[in-house]
Amino acid sequence: MPLSWYLVLAALLFCIGLYGVLARKNAVAILMGVELMLNAVNINLVAFWRYFTPDLIAAHAFVVIVFAIAAAEVAVGLALIISIYRRRKTVAADEINLMKW
Amino acid sequence: MSFWTDPILVANEWLTGLLTDLLPEAWATLIGTIIGVVVVSSFGLILVIFLIWLERKVAARFQDRIGPNRAGPYGLLQTIADIVKLLTKEDSIPEKADKLTFNLAPIVSMIAVLLIWAVIPFAPGWIGTDLNVGVLYIAAVGSFGILSILMAGWASNNKYALLGAFRAVAQLISYEVPMLLTLLVPVLLARSMGMMHMVEVQSTWFIVLAPVAGVIFLVSSIAEVGRTPFDLIEAESEIVAGYHTEYTGMKFGLFFAAEFLHAFTVGVLFAILYLGGWRGPGAEQYPILGVIYLMAKASIGYFIVMWVRSTLPRIRIDHMLDLNWKVLTPISLALLIATAVLDKLFAETALRVPTLLAGNLVVLALSWLLLRGMSRKARRERQVFKKRPEARAV
Amino acid sequence: MTAMQGVFLFAAGLILWAAFMMVTRQNLVHAAFYLIMALFGVAVIFVLLDAGFLAVVQVLVYIGAISIIMIFAVMLTRGDVIEEAPVNKNYGWALLLAALFAFGLIILIGQWPAVASLAGEIDTSRDLAAELGVALVSPEGFVIPFEVASVLLLAALVGSLLVARPQKKGK
Repeated sequence: MPLSWYLVLAALLFCIGLYGVLARKNAVAILMGVELMLNAVNINLVAFWRYFTPDLIAAHAFVVIVFAIAAAEVAVGLALIISIYRRRKTVAADEINLMKW
Repeated sequence: MSFWTDPILVANEWLTGLLTDLLPEAWATLIGTIIGVVVVSSFGLILVIFLIWLERKVAARFQDRIGPNRAGPYGLLQTIADIVKLLTKEDSIPEKADKLTFNLAPIVSMIAVLLIWAVIPFAPGWIGTDLNVGVLYIAAVGSFGILSILMAGWASNNKYALLGAFRAVAQLISYEVPMLLTLLVPVLLARSMGMMHMVEVQSTWFIVLAPVAGVIFLVSSIAEVGRTPFDLIEAESEIVAGYHTEYTGMKFGLFFAAEFLHAFTVGVLFAILYLGGWRGPGAEQYPILGVIYLMAKASIGYFIVMWVRSTLPRIRIDHMLDLNWKVLTPISLALLIATAVLDKLFAETALRVPTLLAGNLVVLALSWLLLRGMSRKARRERQVFKKRPEARAV
Repeated sequence: MTAMQGVFLFAAGLILWAAFMMVTRQNLVHAAFYLIMALFGVAVIFVLLDAGFLAVVQVLVYIGAISIIMIFAVMLTRGDVIEEAPVNKNYGWALLLAALFAFGLIILIGQWPAVASLAGEIDTSRDLAAELGVALVSPEGFVIPFEVASVLLLAALVGSLLVARPQKKGK
């Protein structure tokens, strides 16, 4: 199975995630899209590790750090969303325009 | 190797021989694997029938009753009768329920428990698959259980079900923390996450090296199963039946069976991680003995779970969270650090067992003193509030 | 077609279908369930790539923690569970941009000759989890990124507690 299969899968997944981030209205859905993009990156990292540098462990370390970043991002992001919901009773990203000019 | 020393191995060789004669290599492996999966999961499922009978009998004895005694000898067929009853019941789905999620939830809940059995080492060589990350795998499939509860609670479109699911998830996620930390203590001691290796290195049972961690593991596992005293998940006087309020017939039966099997699985995990798994006299020559030892040891943990269930009343929800975050999690963190340091310092020496034991006891004593101090302080504050009730309104 | 390719196609199909459903569902709880499906598919891909440890961690972290918190957040911000319109007014541009991105990426992948390379043999007896553990704490390895990640997690923990805590009355 050539490497291209994994790369195409990751590319498509990344683009679906990108669409989700750009097009969705709900802030939680936007965070979900970010998760898809991070996962696409992880697929690429592991695929490159397996095909080109199976003797090293760097890719695994990278993926683990991506996991940590994803967890931190979700924790802070959802805390912000819940806090915004408490004040403004909405989580639609285009209605949260306090800092817009 | 004769049939009597290792029947599974003989049966396996016979079956692989038969399949490779009949089919091409790849298909034979696939079918052999599927048969293995079916055997392991049906073992669990058949065990449940017996476990429900056993639990009802034991609970009856604790309450000075006889328990099921009509269907079959000693009421052994009672569970079968119950299953027939559940199967013939009307299968009702709430009108506004999310049908697919609603029907999927009980299945996921059963799968979550059965998946654990894939890495249980029954005897030398008898293991579904010896993952090198077995302990982590157990923690990972546990998350499907949480998922099934959320699915059930949300899909039922019933506020009590949703409230029950919220409570359940809050409890399960919280108690996962001390459970994972105390899972790590045996990992440190065994220097591996593989379940088979974990059993092989327990020439001294880990319960001797880490008794406090073992107890915390058992307590947080009881909370993970959601049994009394941690059964706020289905506190019938408060939230009807929690997340499975809307379930009837065999779908409810699946949740019920999953809970019982999970409780026994907790006993099995406790036996493997802390009581030496299949180890015992003669287990290496006769693997079938290993299975018996494992089941006997698992029954110890399971009996404690049943004992606690029949003895203690339900804990209050804020006490439940306090117990987890203020008591179990700090103690297990301290234990983890103490175990890591002591085990590294005294790794190969004869002092390993006594120092680890002493380390555990010191951690226990320190936390006991700390808790005593805290409870005294709380009592003093309560007395102040009793004299001046307005002081409470902060 | 080998069995591995079959599994790959199944997992890839599952991931892409679930991801597509996720970004198009109106019902956010459904979207979260589809997200879980997609993340599970990614775990299968990790297994196919001989990264069993990462697959297990993927299930543990993403399905066990992140998705559950997501569903929780969706349910806590109720009233918006089923949106009138799932997309904002710029979704046409978003679709165009995503399609262009996909198109460009696939063309780039097609032009690179190394994509046809096949995976070499890997020593399956290696304990990758142990190697990773050593690499994460050894000074020649990744100890600094590891520590930074742990500080980040701590900061995220404290920060999210601070942000999500209910405001005190009278403030």
